[in-house]
Amino acid sequence: MKNLFLQLLLFATLMSSTFAGSGGDILRATFTADSLEYQANFDERAIYWDTYGYIGYDINKLYFYSEGEKPHRESANSENQLLYSRAIAPFWDVQIGVGLDRANEKYKSWAVIALAGLAPYFFETRAALLVGGNGNIGLRIDLEYEALLTQKLILTPKVSSEAYTKNEPRMGYGAGLSNLTIGARLRYEIKREFAPYVGIEWSKNFGNTRKYSPFNELYLVGGVRFWF
Amino acid sequence: MNHLSRRDFLKGVAASGLVLSSINVHAKSYGVIERKETTELSGNVFHLTINKTLVNVTGSPSIATTVNGMLQGPTLRWREGDMVTIHVTNYLDEPSSIHWHGIILPYQMDGVPGISFDGIAPGETFTYTFKVQQSGTFWYHSHSGFQEQTGVYGAIVIEPKEKEPFTYDREYVVLLSDYSDEKPATIYRKLKIASDYYNFNQRTVGDFFAEVKEKGFWEAWQARKMWNQMRMSDRDLSDVTGYTYTFLMNGHSPSKPFQALYRAGERVRLRFINAAAMTFFDVRIPGLKMRVVAADGNNVQPVEVDEIRLGVAETYDVIVEPKNSQAYAIFAQAMDRSGYALGNLTTNPNIYAKVPKLDQPQPLTMADMGMGMHMADMKKMPMKHNKYALKKPVPITQLPMRWGVGTTMRAKNPQYRLDDPGVGLRNNGRRVLTYADLRSLRSTKDDKYPDREIILHLTGNMERYMWSINGIPYHEADPIRFRYGERVRITYINDTMMNHPMHLHGLWSDLETGDENHLVRKHTIISQPGSKISFRVTVDAKGAWAYHCHLLYHMKDMFRKVVVT
Ligand SMILES: [Cu+2]
Repeated sequence: MKNLFLQLLLFATLMSSTFAGSGGDILRATFTADSLEYQANFDERAIYWDTYGYIGYDINKLYFYSEGEKPHRESANSENQLLYSRAIAPFWDVQIGVGLDRANEKYKSWAVIALAGLAPYFFETRAALLVGGNGNIGLRIDLEYEALLTQKLILTPKVSSEAYTKNEPRMGYGAGLSNLTIGARLRYEIKREFAPYVGIEWSKNFGNTRKYSPFNELYLVGGVRFWF
Repeated sequence: MNHLSRRDFLKGVAASGLVLSSINVHAKSYGVIERKETTELSGNVFHLTINKTLVNVTGSPSIATTVNGMLQGPTLRWREGDMVTIHVTNYLDEPSSIHWHGIILPYQMDGVPGISFDGIAPGETFTYTFKVQQSGTFWYHSHSGFQEQTGVYGAIVIEPKEKEPFTYDREYVVLLSDYSDEKPATIYRKLKIASDYYNFNQRTVGDFFAEVKEKGFWEAWQARKMWNQMRMSDRDLSDVTGYTYTFLMNGHSPSKPFQALYRAGERVRLRFINAAAMTFFDVRIPGLKMRVVAADGNNVQPVEVDEIRLGVAETYDVIVEPKNSQAYAIFAQAMDRSGYALGNLTTNPNIYAKVPKLDQPQPLTMADMGMGMHMADMKKMPMKHNKYALKKPVPITQLPMRWGVGTTMRAKNPQYRLDDPGVGLRNNGRRVLTYADLRSLRSTKDDKYPDREIILHLTGNMERYMWSINGIPYHEADPIRFRYGERVRITYINDTMMNHPMHLHGLWSDLETGDENHLVRKHTIISQPGSKISFRVTVDAKGAWAYHCHLLYHMKDMFRKVVVT
């Protein structure tokens, strides 16, 4: 983690000299915890986080993503990425970098290329293609929509799925569609930067992945979304 | 003349020591002074200081930047034909400047750092001197950083050499502005991270269901379709709103309104100035007609209206005739209806007028998206009826254009909409001033016919909060070159969903309002979303001039340098 931070810092310095914007294109850095929550049903309990942040300018940014969970009495699993992000279209960024997954106390690194942006009809979209050293190729897609019930009460349906080309029992990935998660969170923005929420989510493993973990759960979530 | 000695600073700080200790003051060298009442200064020689000043606009203390400790700065009263000398001392920790908005002067006196001069370094004094060649209502403001947002602005009133074509018994400057306790850099950063941060008038699920109920699901869905596909919001009226702003009239918040006293039977001239950083104001005085006599300092054929939209940096002079010793509200709603600035026009300062309710905000329309307005009518209409077309076209000088990441929208069928009062004022039952109502008092029929035309696209990406002209931000753009002596026609095509108040320094903008004989002379021209508008410029001043959108957080990129040789 410390190493990651050092790299980030180095890259930031590099960016500010190489890609420096000027005029109104200010250097900015921001961190968002889209979800930081407790997930629970009768059988399982876990802490879950879905965070990202960036530093950069209008066109060029350095992004990180970290998503993971810490089930009760188990070790944490996470998917982390660090990427150079470049705006290529009014609503789309292309991102290239590295990924590091942690599962079952093992690690796996990826080369990552992703497309992130706002699709028509205001779908916040991110599709990441991951290429592992062993030839395994993964695809992770996230789709999110913000429905304003009032100016401050916001319902966020979200779909994410993962798929792989190879079995990797060590990490718990199975070939084919591996997981589908569908959830909805209802948050109240006390201020833009701080919103507690509750929600419900269903997550299921498919195909070969079920051999390693036959996960299929419906659970409630509660947590806080914040950014600065 | 309010030149502040070091002792004054210390006194000021000591007096407010308690409050100051609770807020973060970065006073390196020049300290923070106490706020003073705004006064008027007149004569030929002026001393202005720019200071950090302790103010309490919202109920909590904050540090403003002011001229002579006043929020707003002193009103400067000049006389047409005079030489004026203005010594401006900068007591901030950062460079500063004063720009005389709409004043015709040598470019070295125009006060734009990096274009007219180097700016005024901390502790330094810059002396402006120039001959006053015009009369009317104008204003001044800092052209450095975001100082205009934090208080460096004031009114300029220039008395004419010749008798004015209207009379009045009493006059008031009515200067409108927007103040926030948030630092401007914080506001700007938030807009860059989440451009809808300050918008609390966004579409809700309920709005959609209301529309379904009204016109059925299919119709409602179709109506949303274009917006959804373009990923644009018809509720995107103002970038920064009453969520953070307190709207001021002559430095007064609505909780303690500005008092404009009159005596029964008097005609009162109101000099409206929009000195806001980001806010368009819709001004009316319920119960009174306003007779508009001047726009941007220049006399126009009088027109009686109920309501006037003031784009940022515009000025209008009106004459009102209050009746029966009544109290009237001078009600200036922010365009997005998130708040208002307030004054009380009264014979008795203890009698307050009833304050009207804020209007319901209106959504933007397909016309604001540049999809045309009366498409069916347009086809039927023969070209000769288009009063905004040039009688005899002139050559168009092509300028570089870039469509890409920084441009989300392209007005497919932009129309001249001079008779459109604009979003929020349409069909509101009141007589609202539009540009089509403006006719200059002087005849313009002998003015030189344009030699050529340039087309400027006002462009942006609201999602990323990027702004530009022709898709190219200022720091990547070549200057626009004008030849001394030529007359240029400039046409804006607004490829965004925002109103942009465009300001060309140093040269007058003669707006085509449909009457060749009475082009109206302005310094700031609102370009409505998705629309087209044209004006002419007689290039009669050599040098380098700034040319930009006057919305403070658009300005840095929606900017050009104009070089006249
Ligand atoms: Cu603008």
